Amino acid sequence: MSLLILENVGKEFGAIRALSQVNLTIRPGEVVGLMGDNGAGKSTLVKIIAGNFPPSHGRILFEDREVHFARPIDARSVGIEVVYQHLALADNLTASANVFLGRELKRRVGPFAFLDHAAMNRRTAELFRELKSETRPDDLVRAMSGGQRQAVAIARTRLAKAKLILMDEPTAAISVRQVAEVLDLIHRLKDAGIAVILISHRMPDVFSVCERVVVMRRGVKVADKPIGDSSPEEVTALITGAKEAA
Amino acid sequence: MMSDLSSVTNAKADDNDFSNVGRAPWWRRGFFASQTAYVATALVVIMVVMSLLSPAFLSSGNLANVAKNFSFVGIVTLGVTLVIVTGGIDLSVGSTMALSAIICAIVMQAVNGTVLDSIPLAGMLLSLGAGLGVALLIGLANGFLIARVGLSPFVTTLGMLSIVRGLAYAVTEGRGQAPTGPDVDLFYAITDGNLGGIPVAIIYLLVLAVIVGVVLHHTAFGRHIFALGGNERAAALTGIAVERVKVAVYVLCALSAGFAGILMVGWLGSAPANLATGYELTIIAAAVIGGANLTGGVGGPAGAVIGALLIEVIRNGLVLAGINAYWQIVLVGCIIILAVLVDRLRTMRMTP
Repeated sequence: MSLLILENVGKEFGAIRALSQVNLTIRPGEVVGLMGDNGAGKSTLVKIIAGNFPPSHGRILFEDREVHFARPIDARSVGIEVVYQHLALADNLTASANVFLGRELKRRVGPFAFLDHAAMNRRTAELFRELKSETRPDDLVRAMSGGQRQAVAIARTRLAKAKLILMDEPTAAISVRQVAEVLDLIHRLKDAGIAVILISHRMPDVFSVCERVVVMRRGVKVADKPIGDSSPEEVTALITGAKEAA
Repeated sequence: MMSDLSSVTNAKADDNDFSNVGRAPWWRRGFFASQTAYVATALVVIMVVMSLLSPAFLSSGNLANVAKNFSFVGIVTLGVTLVIVTGGIDLSVGSTMALSAIICAIVMQAVNGTVLDSIPLAGMLLSLGAGLGVALLIGLANGFLIARVGLSPFVTTLGMLSIVRGLAYAVTEGRGQAPTGPDVDLFYAITDGNLGGIPVAIIYLLVLAVIVGVVLHHTAFGRHIFALGGNERAAALTGIAVERVKVAVYVLCALSAGFAGILMVGWLGSAPANLATGYELTIIAAAVIGGANLTGGVGGPAGAVIGALLIEVIRNGLVLAGINAYWQIVLVGCIIILAVLVDRLRTMRMTP
């Protein structure tokens, strides 16, 4: 069974063709690296999968059913979550407040519903333990390292029981040690049977966690092969156009 | 529990502690590390010094005066604090106080002598409802223009300040409006009376402060208010109804202003068109002194009450000391800057 299938997906913005004839299949629990230069169509592809806008052509199947996403919430409701590059966390709130933001656990007292702080902290601590991240549920996000912030953002997607997580440049602009932490988190997601599409510019990250690499150039998918059959040199050549396709 | 950042190597100390993540000691986090806490400390020190310098400060008459004066400002500061926490601002509160007060008094005059006199409380409830209703409309207008149309909160509420103040002068033609009618004694009792020797205004303030505290920290709505101020884009991405939360805070803020305005009618015995002119600046100053951050995401009811009280205590102290009223204005300005300056120095020291 395939989790996500894109069939001949294309996208035009006015006269500009951002994406043409993309076919892509993601299996459950698979970690796929999505690479390409700026303007190659990576973000357009990701935004279509995340439901930011619909494709101009082609169709999308999720768990073998055709889906039409009008808004991000539609994609989220079937189990597709995005971890944004700028993380979309509220710095002034605690880790657990961020994890549960917009879906807080409440206790009813008469006609009023109050936040159940203890239950949210407990559940958040469990999620961090699963992710093997040393992050406290009641610490403010403002005081956290880049790796911990990633853990908070990923814990959010775990809470939503996501089946496919799109990660947009999760290792950009963080320290070497934190990169290792984030890659560990991706392994943890794979162990839990969650598929990950890793959008990255960093060759070592893709080659250390991904099973497959997909390369985009000028809106076209130019390569889609097991990581073992490729090499950073080949991928670089595909990205720059030195090699046409593989 | 770990007591210091230096003892972070002791990983087995607590289930919740980690080998490589230190935790600041208790006095450096939470309420104790906030601007509100040290402004509260400053307030206590100032009050002790003033009671030593002037025996009149602690006299019951003076305390009641201080309590009333700061309650009006404090109630609106609670409302404005909600707006400031979302990252907005409301400059129209002073004008809203005036128009709500005037409409309340005018309706009370208008229904006086009609059939409503025969129904107990009808006239008064109608006039209170009209006063708060006007505030509600002002809040909705602010909220709609800011949240839905996307105008800047500063400009929108600056315009509203002028519109509402102008309306206050237009409907009264500049004349003060006194409350009248069969229930006027009850009106004075609930707005300017005492309960167990304590002015009702301060009781309203404290009850509202507790409610605001519970709402901010223990309900999803309160959490969304903070989330909006922390990262509005993130709040929208998580599916929070950003527009609704924003409209709600401007409405609550306007209602707090309308309520305080009506209380002031009872205190003054009349609703003049220039009621609470310039109060918006004192109110915003009180919120900021109490620790609300104009960039959003930080603030609370304790800060609102403490900030409002600090301004009033200092103003009162200068009066007792016989210092020219013009210098009071200068001093309040200095305190605003000092409060944020101390916070800035403190956070600089704490950031590694």
